[in-house]
Amino acid sequence: MIDAPPSVVIEGLRKTFSGPDGKPFDAVAGISLSIRPGTLTAFVGPDGAGKTTLMRMMAGLLRPDGGKLSVLGIDLLVDPQSVQNRISYMPQRFGLYEDLSVQENLDLYADLHGVPPAVRAERFSRLLAMTDLASFTQRPAGKLSGGMKQKLGLACTLVRVPDLLLLDEPSVGVDPLSRRDLWRIIEQLIEAEGLSVIASTAYMDEAQRCDQVFVLNRGALLAEGTPAALTARADGLTYVVTPDADVPARDLQARLIDAPGLVVDAVPSGGQVRFIRQPACDDARLKELLHGCDAQPREAELEDAFMLLLHEHEGPAREASVPPPLAAGRADGPIPGDDGAPVILVRDLVRRFGDFTAVANTSFDVRRGEIFGLLGPNGAGKTTTFRMLCGLLPASSGELRVAGVNLRTARAAARARIGYVAQKFSLYSNLTVRENLDFFGGAYGLRGKRRQDRVREIIRQFDLDPSAPSGNLPLGYKQRLAMAAGLLHEPEILFLDEPTSGIDPLARRAFWRTITALSQAGVTIVVTTHFMEEAEYCDRVAIQDAGRLLALGTPREVRARSGTAAGHMNEAFIAIVEQARAAEGHARVAA
Amino acid sequence: MNGAPFLRRLIALIRKESRQMLRDRSNLLVGLLLPMGLILLFGYGLSFDVTDAPVAMVLEDNSAVAREAVSGIEGSPYMVPVRVGTMAEAEAMLRSGKVDAIVRVPVDFARRQGQGDARVQLILNGLDTTMATSLEAYVNGAIGTVVQRRMDRGGVVGAGVGNVVLVQRIWFNEAGDSTWYLVPGLVVLIMTLVGAFLTSMLIAREWERGTLEALFVTPVRPLELVLAKIAPYLVVGLIDLAMCIVAARVLFNVPIRGSLLVILAASLLYLIVSLLMGLFISGITRNQFAASQMALLVSFMPALMLSGFVFDLRNVPLVVRIVSQLVPATHFVGVVKTLFLAGTDWAMVLRNGAIMLGYSLVLLTLTWRTLRKRLD
Repeated sequence: MIDAPPSVVIEGLRKTFSGPDGKPFDAVAGISLSIRPGTLTAFVGPDGAGKTTLMRMMAGLLRPDGGKLSVLGIDLLVDPQSVQNRISYMPQRFGLYEDLSVQENLDLYADLHGVPPAVRAERFSRLLAMTDLASFTQRPAGKLSGGMKQKLGLACTLVRVPDLLLLDEPSVGVDPLSRRDLWRIIEQLIEAEGLSVIASTAYMDEAQRCDQVFVLNRGALLAEGTPAALTARADGLTYVVTPDADVPARDLQARLIDAPGLVVDAVPSGGQVRFIRQPACDDARLKELLHGCDAQPREAELEDAFMLLLHEHEGPAREASVPPPLAAGRADGPIPGDDGAPVILVRDLVRRFGDFTAVANTSFDVRRGEIFGLLGPNGAGKTTTFRMLCGLLPASSGELRVAGVNLRTARAAARARIGYVAQKFSLYSNLTVRENLDFFGGAYGLRGKRRQDRVREIIRQFDLDPSAPSGNLPLGYKQRLAMAAGLLHEPEILFLDEPTSGIDPLARRAFWRTITALSQAGVTIVVTTHFMEEAEYCDRVAIQDAGRLLALGTPREVRARSGTAAGHMNEAFIAIVEQARAAEGHARVAA
Repeated sequence: MNGAPFLRRLIALIRKESRQMLRDRSNLLVGLLLPMGLILLFGYGLSFDVTDAPVAMVLEDNSAVAREAVSGIEGSPYMVPVRVGTMAEAEAMLRSGKVDAIVRVPVDFARRQGQGDARVQLILNGLDTTMATSLEAYVNGAIGTVVQRRMDRGGVVGAGVGNVVLVQRIWFNEAGDSTWYLVPGLVVLIMTLVGAFLTSMLIAREWERGTLEALFVTPVRPLELVLAKIAPYLVVGLIDLAMCIVAARVLFNVPIRGSLLVILAASLLYLIVSLLMGLFISGITRNQFAASQMALLVSFMPALMLSGFVFDLRNVPLVVRIVSQLVPATHFVGVVKTLFLAGTDWAMVLRNGAIMLGYSLVLLTLTWRTLRKRLD
């Protein structure tokens, strides 16, 4: 590549906001970096790392509180408009007008960027073909699926070839298929038009595709380099271990993650546990921890290096925030009250909204003490299924029994035996932790001394600060409080709707550690997630797409069915959804 | 700035805003149907006029003279006399709200009339002061008519000295018809509603949906955004204005004594002020709910309560009067009432017009600043 001047130069850049507790915090704390033109660059980091703030400053939308920032050789502090004339930016929410059609959105941005009518027709047809939107030009953007919106958002930024394209978490909240399509489009354009792209992402597989990666955390730049150079940091530290036949992988994973002195990180994967050992870890003690299971070295991945960097940066303070395993672990004994009957029974469940079938003919069981995962892209029917299971939405037809109670006839009775944690934590942010718990305890029918005891117990179990105002808690703690509230009345079944969306990887580990402990204590758990790798924590998963149940079984069975046995859950998911869509296509052609 | 790209972008934005406006039915509901409803409500449903008010008549002196003195009440379209035997009974009726006033002719009426100082007592219900004031005037008028008739007949009315008879006329609204002053006021109300209320959603909605963030990182200039957001609603406002003027003239026979052109110009100016006010509120709140509440409090309520539309500003305490002078609607109410009912008072039109122009320039600058293309 020719030695062109860098497209972005940042020196000692700083941006301070005031936090929810009124104290100022540095969203970007003195970062310096420079980015070469004609490359694909990624900012990776957990939520709250400062990725969005950095993107917005580069787009001239936020004024830095200190440092220097120039984009395309123009000082953003002096002339943001000139930069904005030449770059394109896709914000996290895509920036589409939902009441305008696909074509009207494209026209608007083309007009604003002054794309001459002569080149417009050719450009539009190319963009529409790439994004598969050609047959939807008249549809209002609001009526597109999440993945289509995201592609349209991208198309709107590409109505002309920008000198620099900024994508702020382009794939957040989008299913794996759409995610893959989006990156294909971006790569095509880089190849064909020599586009310079900077994208922020929380997904390592996306960062892996980039030429240059910057790792951020809490406003600081932890590391930079090519994916290969970064990955090399974890060389020699990464292992995979297979648990004994009768031990679930997540139990071994829980044991490993509870030993932060020896193990940096551990995740269940395909019936095995992948882990990263501490560089200074004592071999003998590690062997003891593994209970004699044989740990095989495996090739390091970018994700490993990322987790290593995060742990280094967060330090021991963060380890303390991992919740203690819940007191009553009963992993060894029989699960209490287990008579072998399914605790949730779903037969031919259907839910229609008008002439739209959100959930079609779905049947499955959940056994007592199981962790059951509902997986699927947005709009797959996960949330609808979930709401019917919790008794929040009546079914159109079919049989539905929860905790032995028919939900279609005795919803209130069933509700007393389930706990529900909504996606948007339904907590009162101006009440303290204790006040929230008291309120929810009352709402679940707990009175007097029993309520006091339960609230005290749950505060202890979840390591919460009773007098902290709920609104000021960090997201991970809010989530923990929401879970605590759902468990106050000691339900048999806990329902969690997208509990880990928007939470950083360390907090997600801590969350699943708690779930594992709950499951060991005999609580049945039903969870929805769009993080495919989290399926590995589940005993069984159901994959849904367009309202239909495509696959049901243990993560291993599901992978085997997809024909990608060795691979990642993500690939298994994509394969299953594609097979189903292809089959449907064939059926339609045949008909 | 190059002229051509500015125009091209402005047209693109106006097209976008117009489409968004037309696709949201609630806009048309508030923008066109609500004003229509208000016109009919204010024109037909709301009136400060008193008709057929029951009035208790206590004739303690039942002589022919006494009866003649109050005969005017019987013929009045505004009042319905109710004969009552005693004062106690009449008072009970007033208390229970069965009558709105008591007219008492004392025992010595005929005798004192001979002496030239005859008296009739009028007791009014002060709970409804508007009604009481109107009735007072009607009773005065009714009794006065009788007196005047007598004078006309040539008889000397008693031997009284200083027996002054008041002959009153109401100018500009000769019949004292309240529709005449409510309907021009309605123009103010509707311009405020369409302006501030509808536009208060516009910027806030874009903040909430995150679309401004994408729009900012284009060659768009803040002024283009402001102008494009105003344009479609200006059209709606003008349609409403036309509806008001036609309704005033055709349905309610309100005279239009000033120049129609001046009415249009003044209304247009006020419309711009209130559109900008709504946009400004939208820009500073960045939240649709807060913006609509604030638009109601800051523009609509003052236009209703403080502008002189309903309550005469000369009768309010000094503080309120000062506050009312800060309300843009006050200056428009003055102009529009004068223009409809009295004629074109150029001095007033120019003064108030200049004030409104000042407001629109200040608000334009402020709104412009809320769209500075920055998120912090």
